[in-house]
Amino acid sequence: MNRRFFITLTGAAAIAWEHVLAGAPESSPNYKIADHWWAMLIDVDKCIGCGNCVRACAAENNVPEGFFRTWIERYQVDDEHMMEPIVDSPDGGKHGFPAHPAGGSLTGANFKEFFVPKLCNHCVDSPCTQVCPVGATFTTPDGVVLVDEKYCLGCRYCVQACPYGCRFIHPEKNVAQKCTLCYHRITKGLTTACCEACPTGSRQLADLRNPKDPIHDFMKKHSVQVLKPQMATGAKAFYANLDGSVR
Amino acid sequence: MNRFKDSEHLIRVAAVFLVGVTLFLCFRAWFVPKSFGQYGHYRADSITEIAALPVVHAGHETCEACHADVLEVKKAGKHAGVNCEACHGPQAKHAEDPGSVKPVLPDTSVLCARCHEANSAKPKWFPAVVTGEHSQGLPCNTCHTPHSPHIGDK
Repeated sequence: MNRRFFITLTGAAAIAWEHVLAGAPESSPNYKIADHWWAMLIDVDKCIGCGNCVRACAAENNVPEGFFRTWIERYQVDDEHMMEPIVDSPDGGKHGFPAHPAGGSLTGANFKEFFVPKLCNHCVDSPCTQVCPVGATFTTPDGVVLVDEKYCLGCRYCVQACPYGCRFIHPEKNVAQKCTLCYHRITKGLTTACCEACPTGSRQLADLRNPKDPIHDFMKKHSVQVLKPQMATGAKAFYANLDGSVR
Repeated sequence: MNRFKDSEHLIRVAAVFLVGVTLFLCFRAWFVPKSFGQYGHYRADSITEIAALPVVHAGHETCEACHADVLEVKKAGKHAGVNCEACHGPQAKHAEDPGSVKPVLPDTSVLCARCHEANSAKPKWFPAVVTGEHSQGLPCNTCHTPHSPHIGDK
């Protein structure tokens, strides 16, 4: 190998490496990232605990068995247990719910029970992205919290940081995974898999930057909350008709 | 005039420092991906990579493009708000190649109970039955048509 050949080779390798790093796959051509600010609206009064969302999410996103990007919890509350409700979620509610929780039901005065679907809250000030040491998790300009699986070390900081328990470590890839708000769908003009499969419309994908989105009207007319507001995460999973005992 | 006699020491240190900084900048340019920092402290290309993942649920608009007859029936009934893939499962593969990928018809004795099996935690407005008493194990489509399930007029 003479000097000229070596220099030519180095140049060619540098150009090739640029392409490796760029690795730009086909994107959605008509999607303008600055025009959207995604959120989700959940009407607790409409959730029937059928598990359709959990199954659809698992199929859409290839979620490993025993892990969940979305799941349903059943709450049981009575007057004596406002601060300690019974919460169960057998297999994430994937196959529905048995008549009673495995540990037995509450029986006190003013007993009530209901289902609460959960997913990543896509927080504006998300604790999970703040603790990532390598910039592998981030909030996109359209308000979705994502994980770069090529950069993730699997250090689990973000799993611990999430106040809502929405993250897990993929057992084979050893990277953090979570709800992407079906980013591959919403950028193509589709709704999320869970919203598509929800039979009662309990879940609605919402675009806060779209003035015509029905969420604006809904938020004016209903009492809407987020989970753990005291943590100031700027959560964007909005819950309508949420009971005060839900954590 | 021997004040700057030892200046060579300084020049050497400066040269070493300069080489170090140059090497650092070269390595950084080499190893940090182009799109890192485009939107923030992360690789912007990973957004495009995630957006390019394959779609598994086709979406009801896609289904309705071919199955307009079912849509007509469904629109008139109680299941108007229930999307196709809520019951039929993910069908993007079928939508891409309807000729060779045929969906399996769901078993109504299992499928309907997922929503309509009585459970005290379900909201009161939702129609639910104890399937064991209601149908004694018969498949629901013995009496109901799933796309428009109400029996009788209206």
